[in-house]
Parts: sequence; structure tokens; C-alpha cells
Amino acid sequence: MSTNLDLHDLGVFELAAKLAAGQVSSVEVTQHFLNRVKSEQLGAFLATDADVSLAHAKAADVRLAAGERTPLLGVPLAHKDVFVTRDFATTAGSNMLANYRSPFDATVVSKLAQAGMVSLGKLNCDEFAMGSGNENSAYFPAKNPWDTSRIPGGSSGGSAAAVAARLIPAATGTDTGGSIRQPASLTGITGIKPTYGRCSRFGMVAFASSLDQAGPMARSALDCALLLSAMAGPDLDRDSTSLDMPAVDYATDLIAASLSHHGDSAQKQPLKGLKIGLPKQFFGAGCAPDVLLAVRSALAEYEKLGVTLVEVDLPLTELSIPVYYVIAPAEASSNLSRFDGVRYGHRAANYTDLTDMYKKSRSEGFGDEATRRIMIGAYVLSHGYYDAYYLKAQKIRRLIAQDFQTAFTQCDIIAGPVSPTVAWKIGDKKADPVANYLADIYTLSSSLAGLPGMSVPAGFGEGGMPVGLQLIGNYFKEAQLLGAAHQFQMATDWHLRKPEGSV
Amino acid sequence: MALTTQDIARVANLARLELRPDETERVLGQLNGFFKLVAQMEAVNTDGVEPLAHPAAILGEVALRLRDDAPNEPNQRDISQRSAPAVERGLFLVPKVIE
Amino acid sequence: MSTTTSGLVQGYEVVIGFETHTQLTTQSKLFSRASTSFGAEPNTNASAVDFALPGALPVMNKGAVQRAIEFGLAVNGHIAESSVFARKNYFYPDLPKGYQISQFEIPVVQGGAVEFFLDGEKKTVRLVRAHLEEDAGKSLHEDKNLGAALGRGGMSGIDLNRAGTPLLEIVTEPDMRSTAEAVAYARELHKIVTWIGICDGNMQEGSFRCDANVSVRKPGEPLGTRREIKNLNSFKFMQQAMDYEVRWQIEQIEDGHAIQQATVLFDPDTGETRAMRSKEDAADYRYFPDPDLPPLMIGRDWVEKTRAEMSELPRVMAERFVADYGLPEYDAGQLTQSKATAAYFEAVAGASQQPKLASNWVMGELSKRLNAQDLDIEKSAVAATTLAAIISRISDGTISNAGARQVFELLWLGGELGQEELPATYVDKAIEDLGLKQISDAGELEKIIDDVLAANAKNVEEIRAGNTKAMNALVGQAMKATKGKANPAQVNELLKKKIG
Repeated sequence: MSTNLDLHDLGVFELAAKLAAGQVSSVEVTQHFLNRVKSEQLGAFLATDADVSLAHAKAADVRLAAGERTPLLGVPLAHKDVFVTRDFATTAGSNMLANYRSPFDATVVSKLAQAGMVSLGKLNCDEFAMGSGNENSAYFPAKNPWDTSRIPGGSSGGSAAAVAARLIPAATGTDTGGSIRQPASLTGITGIKPTYGRCSRFGMVAFASSLDQAGPMARSALDCALLLSAMAGPDLDRDSTSLDMPAVDYATDLIAASLSHHGDSAQKQPLKGLKIGLPKQFFGAGCAPDVLLAVRSALAEYEKLGVTLVEVDLPLTELSIPVYYVIAPAEASSNLSRFDGVRYGHRAANYTDLTDMYKKSRSEGFGDEATRRIMIGAYVLSHGYYDAYYLKAQKIRRLIAQDFQTAFTQCDIIAGPVSPTVAWKIGDKKADPVANYLADIYTLSSSLAGLPGMSVPAGFGEGGMPVGLQLIGNYFKEAQLLGAAHQFQMATDWHLRKPEGSV
Repeated sequence: MALTTQDIARVANLARLELRPDETERVLGQLNGFFKLVAQMEAVNTDGVEPLAHPAAILGEVALRLRDDAPNEPNQRDISQRSAPAVERGLFLVPKVIE
Repeated sequence: MSTTTSGLVQGYEVVIGFETHTQLTTQSKLFSRASTSFGAEPNTNASAVDFALPGALPVMNKGAVQRAIEFGLAVNGHIAESSVFARKNYFYPDLPKGYQISQFEIPVVQGGAVEFFLDGEKKTVRLVRAHLEEDAGKSLHEDKNLGAALGRGGMSGIDLNRAGTPLLEIVTEPDMRSTAEAVAYARELHKIVTWIGICDGNMQEGSFRCDANVSVRKPGEPLGTRREIKNLNSFKFMQQAMDYEVRWQIEQIEDGHAIQQATVLFDPDTGETRAMRSKEDAADYRYFPDPDLPPLMIGRDWVEKTRAEMSELPRVMAERFVADYGLPEYDAGQLTQSKATAAYFEAVAGASQQPKLASNWVMGELSKRLNAQDLDIEKSAVAATTLAAIISRISDGTISNAGARQVFELLWLGGELGQEELPATYVDKAIEDLGLKQISDAGELEKIIDDVLAANAKNVEEIRAGNTKAMNALVGQAMKATKGKANPAQVNELLKKKIG
């Protein structure tokens, strides 16, 4: 294995190339990453099973030996624990689902398996994807490999920590209000949340149905493009909100760009003509200076690449916080009603009658944040409050979405920070949920509108912690976002920086 | 308009949650803090604005997809019940249901 | 009292509204591909969606929408271009998701009406709406030993085979003013949904479940507080339950007690209704549009295509029977109780060219026979063409009605012997065998009458003296002498003439 010591520094694209060239087998690659996962100290994984993973790897090697050459064949990844899986327990980070075994795989999981990817297990996350620091995991908090005293972001914190620490080359995540983009930003990796409906929600433990969206998290835009090409696409028979649009190959153009880039023929200004809009509401006093500095220098880099920067207006940006935190809990309070201790999940040991069984099972099974959001959601939907809260929020949601459409008449892509600060210390915000909600300000509005968005490593801030640049595209413009991010990553090396002594 | 412990009790019962007194107090404080934030929504004029229930609706009409009426599900009882807390003769067991 | 068709009960006006859950005849469930077949092993007709497993999502069944459109057209309701599915949130073990997917603010069918006759009087019950929703599973409590193995006897067992079955809930205005009218409405609705084939109408299996909202008031007063009688799944119990409820409410009020709104169940054994253990927070279902399901869009083209393909509705067919066959509305209503009855009647009327006779025979002799043996009309021992042949022989004076009944009797019991021949042929053979041919030859009849007169000189005297009673005796004698083969009217004629 000595030749493979650096395998974990390779991204998805390079690993696939090595596998395709027969320089290494999927079993070797898988074993190498399994060894790293076994000794990980970041609390990134909730479930592993070497036998299962190696079986996947052997199957991939058979396909490789048979001459199959598909872009992801034999490459390992791991799944956020909100995707149900046959091979591994699925907990959604909750005691409610401790040891739950799904009879089926999520569509995203089976699509990536069909593409030949090897699953190394399930990744830690905030309970039912509710949180922005991974501190709401019922099991243990995941830690940020850049500073293990800090949170990796959330809710896809395990995914972010594992990819940043080179425990896996890529991971799946889910994003309801920023849960892919924010942890990607806080751990210095690349992540994209596609347009709502691009990836099937079938097999995702539902948090907020009108917002939940799956996406890839990896170290580069190219790797994200490779995964998204396999994850996305219609699932008409199983998800009524899945978009009826053919799957797209997001990677080929990026690979072509890389090739022309390495040749002398590289354009000086590959993004000439592209307009990036900067919402003034994203650059206000609410954003920490170190984050603003990194973001502005990244935008300066974009100007060198030929981009024109224009100011745009998203007047309701601040309102997106109450609007989101009314709509998402409302949907969640209903989605989490199925966890009643009757058909699966936690059932209290002692109870007097049926109602008592419900109450004890649910109170024991749900953590504080889930309980809080169920309470908020049940309240805003309850008799006499529906119009003032839920309906009002859904109306403002339309106004927010319309503001984006207005902005996109002036620009192609909207850019700004992902998070107002770098990763904070574990425990700092635990006592103050509202403070956590406020930190989501830059990711919520595009989630409410259902727009695609991504986080691209853009530099470092306070404490040497990573800062991400958020790129928001119009509906179905994932390819444009990934292209712009790829050009940036060919001109910069932020995404190649690795945390010291990770693992 | 601040919530009361009665509101918390009512909603907790609706949601089938059991909060200890100290939890009730904590949640009450947190929800009141949260609803101060929510009060900002009142300032927005939404007269004549349609609620947006499905993001795709912003691009025009979204219509529910309909599938043909053809049953094709195998019997999945055993695998579907393997994580069930209490099962007997294929039935999920619960404390007596009184109507 | 149970048969009051209108008017007051002990000075009170009865006000009834109905909510009927009709189970649609789809093969698969409303939002899952599991089968809807009845009576399978517990939890074997349930998919991940019906078990509400984490990650499962609803996908809508087109067949259920098709049936909703057909019902909307059948009752002249408005079929909404866009309707919305909402979540009705409450906890119950037979409700796996913790919410029922139903329609709340915008149902698929809006308005419409059901019309029917009650004791010759035309009634119209307006519909508020009909909406699609999924059924719940079943909680089984019969087996006292359930859970004993887990050290807890007397637990309930949950079977989700029925969970997710498509229902069309049909809601009326409080238009009914008697229990009899309410039952008649339920029968008419049952006829419509089975006629158009969207529901099998099987009440034992719960395919047609009625909830009755019953209240009473003094005439002119505002509506009284209503109590809802749930799950009435037989017309007999429906009548009994509502009669009991009306009596109970009147007694309460007479005794000075106010009626409390409640949901009650009818106990067939005691014949009484009793209040259900109320779900304390049932009032707050926290309805909101289901984010998993975009709005249901129904294009006009779909509605028109359905309208074009739908068979003639009972109401329309009844009107045609009145117009084309000159039948009374009552007959038309009776003959359109089922497609089969209507088809049988039209065959008889067509072949015999005697619609009114055909109607009398189908509603009379034939249905008497069918009821006696509890047979469907499709199983009738006497075919429509045969009955038509019998009726033709009545109309051409070959046999009397009484004779025709004997022929019918023979053919019914004989299961139509000699069916290889034309019906007319073996009907005539039956008439011959029974010697029922009426004496049409006047001469022959005169001779018999003369003999009768001769043998009854005394009666003739009395008649001449003005005793008309004696005439009947003579007619009787003459009929006896002809073994009933004479036409009584004709006999009467001749007697009068001869006695002078």
C-alpha cells in the first residue's frame, strides 16, 4: 500500500483516472480510505461497515476489469445520514431513529451506486438536518479539521469535515436553508445545492419538503460536477416535486476548460461578458470584516477573469430569516409526526396509555432543536395563527423569489458571503438558538426561492479559518455556476489547501 | 403578543410532546425571542400577493403529476417491520385504542 | 315516526346533513402503488408510502381523479380546474404519517345536487362539495390476547392494508327534513356511485360509509346544535340510528337540557347512539397545503372527454322513460334503480310494444319473484324476450292477466323448457298446456250462458226485480262454466242483453 499513501490527496477526478488506468484497484482505494476513517477523531462518521464497502469496491473492480469506463466507477464517498440506505443504519442524527434500517435506498444513493461509487458509510449531521453547527447531532458533535475546537458547520457537518480532512474524496449533503453551502464554506471545501427538484427527495428523511434539496460536497467544482451529473435527474415515479428535466452532464465542459487552460491557448479572460451581481444587503455591517475581506478579494480575482461586477438589490434579505423559520418548522412539525413509536423508531419503555406512549416516545426521541421547531411549527399552523404566520410567510416568500428574478435581469450570477463569520467555537451559540438562525441570513433567501447556490473556497479569515464565496444562479443554471467556480479554481489554489494533521 | 405557558402546554399537547416544567420555561423564553423576530413580517405589505407553496411555481404553473392506476408493489411486510417496536402476527401493537 | 317523510316530529323540525365516504374502485391506492384488494393478510397490501417509512413520498393515482370527474358530472357539480391537497394533522395509530392527505379549501368537485322521489314527491339535496382523500388503516381490538407475548395483554393491533385507499367524501347541505328523506338520499347516492361504477357500493366492507349530522329545532328557529352519527354502513341501521337520535334530542330539549355538539356511534345491539370518547384537540387539525404535492390540474378537455364517454345517467334515463314510453315518473324512477333492471325493462317494452304493461310486470310479478329468491335480475328464470311474448298475448286478448300469471309461473319454475324454440312458440305452448286460451267464439259463449240462465231461473227473477247482487252470482257461474277462459266483461255484456 506504500504507493497509495497519497491517494487521499487525490480528488474524485484524479482517483477515477487512476482507477480507469488500472494503476490502482477500487479495493485498494477503498481500503486506504477505510483505514483513515477507522482512525478519525472528528466525529464525522455515524456508521461504517468495511465488509459492505469492500463488496461495493469488488463489484466496481469487476466492472473496471470488464472494460467499463464511467466517470465515478470505483471512487469512494459517504452519505449524509438523512439519506436512507439498505446497507447501513439511518438515524438522521436522532435518537428517534437509532438503529433504523430502511428497506430501500434513497434515489440519490442508488444513482451514485449505479454509477459505481463505493459507499464508506453514513455521515454525522444535525438531528433531522436542523442546525448550522452539527451540535444538534444526538450522537456527538462533528469537529472542524482546521481547528477541532470549532464547529464544521451544519447541518451537513460530518460531510464537510470528512471531505476537508481527506477521509473521503466526496460526500452527499442536503441543503434546506444552507446546510450544504455553509459547512462547505466553514471547512474550505466546495459544495452545490442545485435548483429545488433537480435531485430526487425520495429517500431523504424529510425536514422541510418545499425546501429540502440534495447536493454533492467535494474539494473542487469539477468533482462536484462529476457527482451532480450522476445524482440529479427526474424521479417521476417516486417524487411528485422532482423536475421533469433530463439529467445533465456538468463535467465535460469543465474538463475541456481544464485542458485548454493547461495549454498556452488559455484565454486571458475566460469569463468575459459574465455579470456578477452583488446584493448590497449581503455586504453590510452584519458580515464580519475578515469574511468581507476574503470575499472581496475573490471577487477581484473574478474581475481579472473578465467578470463585470454590478450592484443588485435584494431588499427582503433580512426578512428571509423569519419567513424561513416559520415555513421550515411548519413543514417539519408535520413531517416529524410519523415518528410516533408505532411502526419504527424509539418507543418509550414506560407509559400509561396510547397518548402517554406518544408523548413519552417523542419527547425522549427528539432533541432540543427538533422539539423547538416542532413547537414553532405546530404553533404557527394552529387555529387562529395560520394566516398571520404561515400564509404571510408564504406570501413574502413569493416576493423574495420575485426580487431574485428582478436581480437576474441585471446579472447572470449573484455573489456574496455564505456565512457572516468563520466557524465558531463548539458551544458558543448552543444556548441561543435565535443567534444561530441569524447566522443563516445569506443562504436562506435563495433556499426560499428554490435557486441553485454553491460555496467556493475563497481564502481564510480570523484564526486561519476558511471562508467561502457564495455563488447563486438562476433556476437550472447549475452548469453556469460550476463553470464559473471551475474557472476560479483554475486561477486560485484555495480549494487545494489542506488542514494540518487532519485525522 | 407574547406566548404564555398555557400556549406552550396547548401546542405541546397538539404535537404530542411532554415538556418538563423547566423545559416549558426555556422553550417559552426561546419562542418569545423568536416571535420578536417574526414580528418583522407584519411590516411587509402582501396585499394581493399569492402565497408561494412550491418554488417552481415562480416560473409559471406547476401541475401535479398523475400515474396510471396499476398496482405493482410486492408484499414488503417483513422487511418493513424489521425496525418495529412491537409486532404480532403481522400487526403493529399499540396500547389499547379506545373509541 | 320512522316513516315520517316530512313535517314535524312532536312539534320539532328535523334537520339532517350527510357526509358520505365512498371508496373508489381503483386497483391501486391514492398515493401508492399498493393494491386496494380487500381481505389480504394484515399489512401485506401496504408499501413504504402506506407505512409512512422515512423518505417515502406520495405519487397521485390518475384513476382516482378520473372517478372524481365522473361523479362531478353525474351530480352536475363544478369540476375545479385547480384543486389543492392539504395535510390534516392529528395523531392516531391507524394514521401512519400523523396526517391525512385530504382536500380542504379547494376541493375537486364543488356544488351539484342529488334528486330523487320520496312518496311521489320530488326531493333535491344540494351538495356542498366532493373531495378526494386517503383512508386510514384499521385498529383491531377484538383479540384480547394481542400483546400477551410482550407481557401486555389487551393491546390493539394496527393493520395498514386499508391505509391510503382512495375515498371521495361527498358532503351535503343540511337539506333533509326527515329521517326517511335522509335514507332516500343515501339510497339515491348509492345508486349513482354504483351506476357510474366509481364505487362497488359494498356497505359491509365499508365501501360506502355515511355520517349523518342530525339536529332538531322548533319551526322558524335557527339551526339546533348537531350531533354527528359516524360510520352508518347499512340503510336499516341508518334509519334506526337517526330515529333514535331524533327522539333522544327531542327528549333532552323537552327535559330542559341543551344539546352538546358530539360525535356518536350507533350500537345495533342496543339500538342506541353513544358519544365517542372525544379526541380533545380534534378541533385543531393544523391544515396546510401538502408541500409534497403540487396543485391538481384538470383540463377542460379531460372533463369533456369524460362527459362524452359516460353512459346515460339514471336521472336522464328516467326522464327518457317518461317521455318515450309515457310512463309515470314513479315507474321511471323504479325501473332505473339499476342498469340491469332498466335494460331488462327496455328489452321487454321494445319486444312487446307495451311499455306500461312491461313496467307493471317488471315492478310487480318479476321483482316479487326475484326478491323472494333474492336473485339479481340478470339471473331471472324468465328472459326479457319471454316476458315480452307473455305480455303480447295479454294485449292481443289471448289470455287474461290471471292467465298470464299462470304462464309466467310455469315458465319460471320450468326454467323455460324448450328454449331452443322462439319465446313466442313456447309461451303459446304453455298457454295451450294450461288451457288458458280465452273463448273468443261468441256463439260458444252464448250457448254456455243460456245453460247458466236456464239453471238459475231464480236469480234471473231477482235481477228483474232489481237485485243487482244476483247478477254477480250469474257472472261467477258463467266464468266457472268456462273454467275462467271467458272474458268477464264479455260475459257481463251477454247476460245483460239476454236478461233484458
